[in-house]
Amino acid sequence: MDLVFFLIFAIIAVVSAINVVVQTHPISSALSLIGVMVSLAALYLLLGADFIAMAQIIVYAGAIMVLFVFTIMLLNTGGETGATHRTAVQVAGIPALLALLAALCYSLQRFYPSSVQAVFGGFAQGDAHSIGTALFREYLLPFEVTSILILVAILGAIVLARKEID
Amino acid sequence: MQNLWLIPAFPLAGFLINGVFGRKLPKFAVSFIAILSVLLSFAWTLKVFVATQSFSTPVTERYFTWIQSGQFQVGWDFTADRLTAVMLFVITGVGSLIHIYSRGYMAHDESFARFFAYLNLFMAFMLTLVLAANYLLLFIGWEGVGLASYLLVGFWYRKKSATDAGNKAFIVNRIGDFGFMLAMLLIVINFGTLDIATVTGAAPGKAAVTLTAICLLLLVGACGKSAQFPLYVWLPDAMEGPTPVSALIHAATMVTAGIYVIARSSVLFSHSATASEVVAYVGLFTAIFAASIGLLQNDIKKIFAYSTVSQLGYMFLGLGVGAYSASVYHLMTHAFFKALLFLGAGSVIHACAGEQDIRQMGGLRSKLPITFATLLCAGLAISGIPPFSGFFSKDAILVAAYHHAPWMFYIGVVTAGMTAFYVFRALFVTFFGAYRGQAHPHESPLTMTVPLIVLAILSTVGGFIAIPKYLDAMFPAGEEGHAMGLVIVSVAAGAIGILIAGVMYLGRPRKESAHGGLYNLIYHKYYIDEAYNAAIVHPLLVTSRSVLWKLVDNALIDGIVDGVAAQTRNSGNALRKLQSGSIRSYAAWIVVGSVVLVLAMGFTGVGR
Amino acid sequence: MPAGVPLTWFLVLSAVLFSLGIAGFLLRRNIITVFMSIELMLNAVNLTFITFSYQLKSNSGHLFAFFVMVVAAAEAAVGLAIILTVYKNRGTLNIDEVESMKN
Repeated sequence: MDLVFFLIFAIIAVVSAINVVVQTHPISSALSLIGVMVSLAALYLLLGADFIAMAQIIVYAGAIMVLFVFTIMLLNTGGETGATHRTAVQVAGIPALLALLAALCYSLQRFYPSSVQAVFGGFAQGDAHSIGTALFREYLLPFEVTSILILVAILGAIVLARKEID
Repeated sequence: MQNLWLIPAFPLAGFLINGVFGRKLPKFAVSFIAILSVLLSFAWTLKVFVATQSFSTPVTERYFTWIQSGQFQVGWDFTADRLTAVMLFVITGVGSLIHIYSRGYMAHDESFARFFAYLNLFMAFMLTLVLAANYLLLFIGWEGVGLASYLLVGFWYRKKSATDAGNKAFIVNRIGDFGFMLAMLLIVINFGTLDIATVTGAAPGKAAVTLTAICLLLLVGACGKSAQFPLYVWLPDAMEGPTPVSALIHAATMVTAGIYVIARSSVLFSHSATASEVVAYVGLFTAIFAASIGLLQNDIKKIFAYSTVSQLGYMFLGLGVGAYSASVYHLMTHAFFKALLFLGAGSVIHACAGEQDIRQMGGLRSKLPITFATLLCAGLAISGIPPFSGFFSKDAILVAAYHHAPWMFYIGVVTAGMTAFYVFRALFVTFFGAYRGQAHPHESPLTMTVPLIVLAILSTVGGFIAIPKYLDAMFPAGEEGHAMGLVIVSVAAGAIGILIAGVMYLGRPRKESAHGGLYNLIYHKYYIDEAYNAAIVHPLLVTSRSVLWKLVDNALIDGIVDGVAAQTRNSGNALRKLQSGSIRSYAAWIVVGSVVLVLAMGFTGVGR
Repeated sequence: MPAGVPLTWFLVLSAVLFSLGIAGFLLRRNIITVFMSIELMLNAVNLTFITFSYQLKSNSGHLFAFFVMVVAAAEAAVGLAIILTVYKNRGTLNIDEVESMKN
């Protein structure tokens, strides 16, 4: 059951990722990326990372990608034009890449077979309570520092993108 | 505390004052300061002499520790004993006379102050040399007089021959100095100290091989400084310097430094029979060799230069056969008559307006009477005619030589005959007959003639200063014995030499007709200079130019340095292409870099 | 049937997504698409972190993934602001044309 779950969402993720890379118009890429993120969130649920899955959907897919989409619509440049890659690259490159990946998967499976299998509920410390406790105990310093980081980012973004007051 | 340091300090002060302010001072002030400094040294030596009852015991003064390195220590120490006394009196006495003479001789020279400054510098170093209580301080004096010699031989630096002669003197000296330095090294290794007293005290206990090696190396140094074969070639060329320089440095004082060193280290030499033999052979060979060259020279200064080399050979012979006090005795008398010969020659040259070839002189007897009379005294002294001073000292050496090995005596006698011959040849050709030159000869001024007279008196009666008895307390008793027969033989040789010279040259000028091979060989000084040139100097120059300069310096070293710079530039050029401004290439490089990093981490097992 | 998913498969998936991200990063010309490829790479890394966290039975991986997300957010904000500025100044989003720092 979990296997089927995994396969469905893995395939969706891969196909969406290929779409991100292949599409000419950036808006299509953005939407595909949202698809990737959502399927990854589902996979996180399989791995028992409840909090991260929700954070992924809310923050990543819900905020960052929305920001991307806004920017693309603001700039409105249209699809990518210009010369495509030479046919040689396409003919030889893609099969080579696939072959490489196949070899990689095979060798990983063969030499590092994992005895551990992921099942729903196999990991219990991924919930909000545990994450929150860790965040405010062992990881307090990074937590505070990242808040400053976000502050800086906000300031930077505002300064960079504002209009001159004339 | 006798304050021995004052003795070299006075000339040093003279050097500093004349060197710094000389050009602004009037000439009489410059010469006054220079002469006064030497006279003060002489006076101080006299004072110390009297105070210590003629150095019955040696005076040693230690001033400060100069080098302190572990167990090895060298101090700035002066010591004065009887040997030192003789040297000091000779140096300061003859030196002051020459200083007075120079006042007249160099009166018209534009670099008056520089001359006296250098002369005083020389005096300071020479006095340090004889007062030194350890070999290192002696070596300082040694090198210093070599430097002063270079400066003074090349005094008229605008003449290329003079600067060449100065270079030659210094370089050939340097070869000898190398031997001296090696000797010092051996002394340090074997004795642990350079203090002369300590070394001579410990010498009897050392292996003969060690002592022989040290003595032979000291001999090399002495050969360089005292112009013995094969390092004598610089002395005739050094006649390019002003005549007072030739008198002071190359007759009376600097060239005697080698003799002094060997006499100082007499204990070492007397315990090494091989080294003493070598010294005797070198001296004897040089004596007859130089005398043979002197037979045919025509430049009056060169005649006397070769004579100096020959007489120094006598002194070495004396040292070699163990007659140390006889050699030092001859050193003193030689200082008197050789300085007189040179100063007299200077007076003649001055009178003939710079002419030095005796063939252009003649008949000067009536025009320069004082010079003639004094030079006659010197000639008789050098020929060993009694009762002049040279007779006593030369005979002491020859008798000692006979007792060592009779054949040495006979060769020495032949040399004495040759000496008498060529000196009187010079005198007869110069002062007799008709004047062949173009100038208007006149007698020299008083500043020049008075020293001549003083030296003539010393040459005549100086033999009665009983040096050997004075020095016998210091040196192991040499071979005694006054074989009257030997004395008569040597005096006869001198007289015969004078007679032959008179017969050949008195009155009529000889026609120099075409001569055979031997004549040419000797006339060209046995082509020794040319041989040295071809065998040593020329290959050295060629190697320096073609190999060391062109190959090593230009191609190799410059090549490496330029190569490094060129490589840096090229690699910078190549790396510049990285900054292409294209974001995608940056991206590609980032990926490549991170892949390399991951692989590296994987291979080195980081985090395993 | 309680057949779990071997954790290796998660790692393989992560590798695939990462390489797709690199491909996009190197091959696309539009700046925003390049940016999105970077985000894709970050997501792949997040998946790896969570996977290992499952294996090692510790939630440090989760926290790290969390911080990655935070940083990605900040980076996206500033990066897009820069892209806007570049577009205002150059009028193009083609990275091949933004090469005034050449040589």
